[in-house]
Amino acid sequence: MTGWILALVQTLFVVLFAPFLVGWVKWVKCKLQNRQGPAPWQPYRDLLRLSRKQVVLANTASPIFRAAPYVVFGVTVLAASVLPTISTQLPTSSLADVIVLVGFFALARFFLALAGMDVGTAFGGMGSSREVTISSLAEPAMLMTFFTLSMYVSSTNLSSAVAFLSAAHFTLAPSLIFSFMALILVAVAETGRIPIDNPATHLELTMIHEAMILEYSGRHLLLIEWASMLKLTLYSILIVNLIVPWGVSLTLDPHDMAFAALTVLGKVMVLGLLLAIAETVQAKMRLFRAPQYLGVAFILALLGMMSHIILEVQ
Amino acid sequence: MSLTVAQLAVLATLLSSLVALVLAKQPRLMVRLSFLLLGASGVAAVWSGVTALLSNQIDEVVLPIGLPWLHVILHLDALSGFFLAVVGLITIAASFYGPTYIRRHVEDGLHPVATLTFFTGLFVSGMYLVLLSADAFSFMIAWELMSVASYFLVAYQHDRAENRSAAFVYLLMAVVGGAFILLGYGVLAGFGDGFSFAAMADAKLNSTWATIAFLLAFVGFGLKAGVVPLHVWLPQAHPVAPSHISAMMSGVMLKVAVYGFIRFVYDLLGGIQWQWGVLVLLVGAFSALMGVLYALMQHDLKRLLAYHSVENLGIIYIGLGLSMIFAATGHPAIAAVALVAALYHCLNHALFKSLLFFGAGAVLEQSRQHDMDQMGGLIKKMPVTAACFLVGCVSICALPPFNGFVSEWLTFQAALQATALHGGILGAVIPITAAMLALTGALAIACFVKVYGVVFLGLPRSKQIEEAREVPFGMQVSQVVLAVLCLGFGLMSTWTATALNVIPQKFLGEGMAGIESSTWLWLAPISEKTASYGAPAVLIGLLLSWTVAYLLLHPLRRSNRTRISIPWDCGFGPLSPRMQYTTSSFAMPIRRVFSFAWHVSERVKPAQPDRGPHYSLQVNDWIWLKCYLPVATIIHKTAERTARIQGGNLRVYLCYSFFTLLFLLWVVV
Repeated sequence: MTGWILALVQTLFVVLFAPFLVGWVKWVKCKLQNRQGPAPWQPYRDLLRLSRKQVVLANTASPIFRAAPYVVFGVTVLAASVLPTISTQLPTSSLADVIVLVGFFALARFFLALAGMDVGTAFGGMGSSREVTISSLAEPAMLMTFFTLSMYVSSTNLSSAVAFLSAAHFTLAPSLIFSFMALILVAVAETGRIPIDNPATHLELTMIHEAMILEYSGRHLLLIEWASMLKLTLYSILIVNLIVPWGVSLTLDPHDMAFAALTVLGKVMVLGLLLAIAETVQAKMRLFRAPQYLGVAFILALLGMMSHIILEVQ
Repeated sequence: MSLTVAQLAVLATLLSSLVALVLAKQPRLMVRLSFLLLGASGVAAVWSGVTALLSNQIDEVVLPIGLPWLHVILHLDALSGFFLAVVGLITIAASFYGPTYIRRHVEDGLHPVATLTFFTGLFVSGMYLVLLSADAFSFMIAWELMSVASYFLVAYQHDRAENRSAAFVYLLMAVVGGAFILLGYGVLAGFGDGFSFAAMADAKLNSTWATIAFLLAFVGFGLKAGVVPLHVWLPQAHPVAPSHISAMMSGVMLKVAVYGFIRFVYDLLGGIQWQWGVLVLLVGAFSALMGVLYALMQHDLKRLLAYHSVENLGIIYIGLGLSMIFAATGHPAIAAVALVAALYHCLNHALFKSLLFFGAGAVLEQSRQHDMDQMGGLIKKMPVTAACFLVGCVSICALPPFNGFVSEWLTFQAALQATALHGGILGAVIPITAAMLALTGALAIACFVKVYGVVFLGLPRSKQIEEAREVPFGMQVSQVVLAVLCLGFGLMSTWTATALNVIPQKFLGEGMAGIESSTWLWLAPISEKTASYGAPAVLIGLLLSWTVAYLLLHPLRRSNRTRISIPWDCGFGPLSPRMQYTTSSFAMPIRRVFSFAWHVSERVKPAQPDRGPHYSLQVNDWIWLKCYLPVATIIHKTAERTARIQGGNLRVYLCYSFFTLLFLLWVVV
């Protein structure tokens, strides 16, 4: 029972932290670009503002359009609850392994893309079409990364994986290096960051995610925005806890867990810093260059898998 | 006991055919009675199949029909029981759907309804008998009955040339496939002592002959199952049949082929070699990927669904291939996971593909057109159909917590045990096919976003769509039932996997290792530590987070009413349906990325003074163009050349006879 409550606490922690991470990345970016940016907690204010705004629905919208924000948000929150963010002993992690986690993201994306097609404007369809194209290239690379990882730790359960990695001696296994490189590339694409998509722009020629959600307003937009912030946070946690599993509590001890929460915060903020630097030094790609970028991710994932099978399996 | 009920099911289907003949003059009564009998046969089949699967006993009966030394032997074990239940389930659904769906044919009287119901009965009875027969002769007779009856169903609306040619291709492929299966049984019967399955299973084959028999069966059953490159009949035949027949052909007839393959390889042949598994695995992975890529390019709804059948059969073959590889290399527990995954996917595909074909049928019945680019906004006109179709889409895309996800997840779990093979080529091939499966899944999502978005969402693109209404009750019921079952089998994953576990126990000697530690809440196929998936808990979690989100936002909703407004049109005047993305434009980025996969001819004619610019796009199947058309051309040309000897002149014919006689005399002397 304690486990379930702690899992709930962990989920709340991640959900509430998510806007801060986005604000933090924005703040660092502004500083790097010599701009006077908003404070890191600006996203909280934005969400609050959206919650007060009236919802304006297109008269052509169907129930799918109204339901999609709830589906997307709910699924992403569920994904947050199964991730071993703070402790590897939480009971929720056996509900869903890493393949199910990918399935959750796919479910959220499916409904978001449907919502984009719903109103009947050209922008929505454009965004949906681009989103499913990008993700249908990114998803296999991501799954392959996870396959390599799960063959390495002989489990698809994320808690087992993190526990295995933090218990093992630090080794630079070639398969893991390639896989993590692929994972980072894919995560950038999946969370819609530069160079694949630019979350700060509404230029019709380039936008992907923003085109899909162009018709949303008020609390619907709040849910979708929050879900996409949460998605960035989840990918960040996944990356830091797999690459640097140090600090994640292997027990349900409150002290350990509080310490784990602090270390995760620190790690994710460092990753956010790196993301901000990466977004500052490079420009967004043309849409049809994205397959090449994701092709590199796929090749890296393949190299990781091959090097695991050829070099590391006795 | 269960076999007796199964025989009753066969009898009911034959009766339903008979009714069609006797009452052909009173079509209304005939349709009602005939489909009632069909539904009853479905109930009997489900009951007997489930009983046989759960009790895991083998019933056998020898019927005094046939040649004196060659009686018809029927049997019912767990494997046939499972497939019988699947066929029965879809038959029940079709018997609700059919009477309303063919009402149009009854009313306009253009096509005799009696033909349709007569051959439907024969088709279903053929499928039952294939599953029940326990000797090669009755198997082949039932198999051909199934093929020929379905040929007449495909050719039902034969006034269109396109339907006739589709039916012809189908018949041709079915005949060739039947010949291969017959030869496969011939090899087994040659080494065994007789034509009964029991005798064939005892046959001692050396590895060369076993491989020959395997290849014959692989091609024979593969032709019916529609794996790439043997799939070409499938996207032609399925769209032209009436929708409830498409649902049965796609949903269950392909599964009967899978049953035949499993029976032949696991039961009769035995001694599986890993090379066979690699072949099955690669063909499966290739089918899955090509199926979904071709599906993405379609704009005919039923043809798109037919290509998705190719994809899903590919996924089933991936499971079978994995299980054969693991079984041959001495890992029966992992092989069991893969086999259960394949069987589970058979059930799931039957459910969601029938559901989608029923939905497509409902849309076609209302809109009278196949082209998705003429549809749009149907969710407002047909809410029930739209909701059920959405469930079908989510299931076929393998998204949690629906049923398609469970079987794909199990396939992935089996594939990830490739490290048990200790490296080597095999260890590398398996994860790569898993990656291909992942790509397939992602592309399937793209495809069904396209389908649902273009057909059901957005604005109506034609006048007929604006006038569409919800379909009658009978057609709704079958869709709702299948949609509920899609969710149900997604949630009851542990129960289903446990029930299916007896099949690998029988054929591989071992079941899934982790099934004991699984509870109703968790399914753990290998061990609890390795992987687990809790579909009911996922659903509870989803409902919980939705409720919380809703309750938190609800007070805001009260104080802040939603405003309905016209959508922003960038200031250029009202939205027009022509501004929306169509199937072609939606799939354009993917078409550009994977351009090597299709034979694309794209043409843009510039605007003329009298008309606007014209854009045409044609996407063709490489395999049809490169493998089948050349063969067809060669056969055609040879036939034309040989036809010259048939000049119609009597003297020339007499000359032929004379020279033949001379030749024969020379041979004899």
